[in-house]
Amino acid sequence: MIASSASRLLTSSSAAKATTSRLFCCSTAVRSFASTLLSNNPSLLCTSNNKIQRFDGNRNNRSYTTHSQLPEEHQMIYDMCRKFADEELAPNAEHWDKKHEFPTDVVTQLAELGLMGINVDPDNGGAGLDALAYAIAMEEISRGCASVGVIMSAHNSLYLAPIDKFGNDAQKEQWVTPYTTPNDDGELMVGCFGLSEAGNGSDAGAASTTATLSDDGSEYVLNGTKAWITNAYESSAAVVFATTDKSLKHKGISAFIVPMKDVEGFSLGAKEDKLGIRASSTANLIMDNVRIPKENLLGEPGQGFKIAMTTLDGGRIGVAGQALGIAAASIDCAARYSLERKAFDEPIANFQLIQLKLSKMQTKLDSARLLTWRAAQLKDAGEKFTREAAMAKLAASEAATYCAHQAIQVLGGMGYVSDMPAERHYRDARITEIYEGTSEVQHLVIAGDIIKEYKNK
Amino acid sequence: MRILVPVKRVVDYAVRVRVLPDKSGVDLSNTKMSLNPFCEIAVEEAVRLKEKKAAEEVICVSIGPKQCTETLRTALAMGCDRGVHILTDKRGDYTELQPLGIATLLKKVLEKESSEQGVDLVLTGKQSIDSDCGQTGTMLAGMLGWPQVTYAANIDVEEEGRLLVERETDSGTETLKINKLPAVISCDLRLNEPRYATLPNIMKAKKKKVDVITVEDLLEGQDVDAVLTPRNRVLEVVEPPPRKEGIKVDDVDALLDKLRNEAAVIS
Repeated sequence: MIASSASRLLTSSSAAKATTSRLFCCSTAVRSFASTLLSNNPSLLCTSNNKIQRFDGNRNNRSYTTHSQLPEEHQMIYDMCRKFADEELAPNAEHWDKKHEFPTDVVTQLAELGLMGINVDPDNGGAGLDALAYAIAMEEISRGCASVGVIMSAHNSLYLAPIDKFGNDAQKEQWVTPYTTPNDDGELMVGCFGLSEAGNGSDAGAASTTATLSDDGSEYVLNGTKAWITNAYESSAAVVFATTDKSLKHKGISAFIVPMKDVEGFSLGAKEDKLGIRASSTANLIMDNVRIPKENLLGEPGQGFKIAMTTLDGGRIGVAGQALGIAAASIDCAARYSLERKAFDEPIANFQLIQLKLSKMQTKLDSARLLTWRAAQLKDAGEKFTREAAMAKLAASEAATYCAHQAIQVLGGMGYVSDMPAERHYRDARITEIYEGTSEVQHLVIAGDIIKEYKNK
Repeated sequence: MRILVPVKRVVDYAVRVRVLPDKSGVDLSNTKMSLNPFCEIAVEEAVRLKEKKAAEEVICVSIGPKQCTETLRTALAMGCDRGVHILTDKRGDYTELQPLGIATLLKKVLEKESSEQGVDLVLTGKQSIDSDCGQTGTMLAGMLGWPQVTYAANIDVEEEGRLLVERETDSGTETLKINKLPAVISCDLRLNEPRYATLPNIMKAKKKKVDVITVEDLLEGQDVDAVLTPRNRVLEVVEPPPRKEGIKVDDVDALLDKLRNEAAVIS
């Protein structure tokens, strides 16, 4: 079994990085066996690219695990986002939350900084950065304000990413480039993602929104309602999933780019009154015989489900980043408070039960961050990362709810009132276990991948 | 106009520093370092002048260990065109390097730059937040015989290379005109608010040139110790006394009495 897994590792597509980083995770026994295996079997050294790779531990393939190890660029992005969050987001987050106010100015500033198009190619107006930079930026921005984090993640991972990956050049020019940088009037066009419906969230294949090709074949006519759409009120366009043939079940779903402003038949439902992330708008997209040119079909007909799943994989890294930010903000709040608050004549940080909470919070956060960075780095290396992204999102969202819960506990009564941010982190954290795949769905994705692996053994 | 901006790598303003047990200085190990806030203001002003087309090139220069490249990259990400890194392991917080030595090194950098095209303006921060001397810019101007304005709160470019500078003083703002460049200006807090480095600029900063030169090579045979040895010796570094608790007084008379006789702030 060890031999077969070692050889399987070596023949995977990006073998060099996969080999060394995965073998690094194996036990020493496996590693030394594997290295004996390799030195006695030169053929195993050939990768699918036919390049001879020496197995030399993890020396040639840096995997970044802490901030201090990050390359200069990522370090600068981390510093910049952190500073921005501290100076522009954290002081205003409470106000935006109380007023349910979408922070338009800040979102425009984010766009000017390049954060509303992080992974998009510079030719299309983006910053051209990798998934790790995205995860780092998401964490720091969300640490300042979780609502701004979700606005940023929905726009980047859910709207821009599918069009950037599956769209043709004309679509990118019309629907990506103007959505990455503010126009001359200083306005940023924002996009959203329409997959969920009132009747199906986790059951994405059961979409009941229909898209019918018009008689002359020049337009699609969309009918149906999408639910729970983040950024609905501020968006100018949406990536909408509709079925062209219900009998084909999920294979009949296609993806469409739907303009939202001044479109006949298109309207928005009432804004949802949410528990948390209140500065972002969430509403239904109602389509009543909305006509779009056939050129707005994204990808191939019937490819919609695959586009949705691929998009959500990358989106999970962003949401994991957001959850990490909320967790980090919670720990920050709790740790600072514990040093100042005195009980029984000492700061409560001296008490072991408080220390236990701080330790558990930080360990969960750091574990989730490592999982998130791993998923991001696998994605950047071009490797399959579905399982790892699901694990990252699962761990990070659970870390966020745990840390926010414990932060309120550390603050006691003060955690329950809006004077301190702990209660807002608690409310913001809760959604991270629900959207972009509930924790339950993440478990199914991970288990499905494990079962597939064992079935192939 | 070509602008040179010296940028210093200092302890981050938010860090709570600790003094070393032997009182020789502040503990810099594992301490977060950043670009000096006043130097950041100087960089911002230089980049704005470039954006207004009043300047064509902004060069940033830093003196210190190899980590100074990070400081230079931050300045490059804000918009400087290229950087110069003078490599030395000596501490910059007054214990080993002091303004006179720094000014001498900067003068050398300017001489090197002048061999191709001259530098017209040196923009410095008014002081660094570790040594708080506020002397380097003024010493440099003195060495070069250049006009200088300190504590600039506003810089306006007029025709033919004249600069109108508002200078902050304790008694108000004075306005000075620099009639002929080159000159040295040190920048105060109210001059501008530094920008955040945008992601595209962070990416571009990686490709911008940074020339690294050791102190020995820069001084070209001059005695390094003679130039850099501090003129003032730091005897000891201690923490300031902890802030005492405030007291309540019963009436205004008692307050005046305390202010006059104990705090000695009114006569």
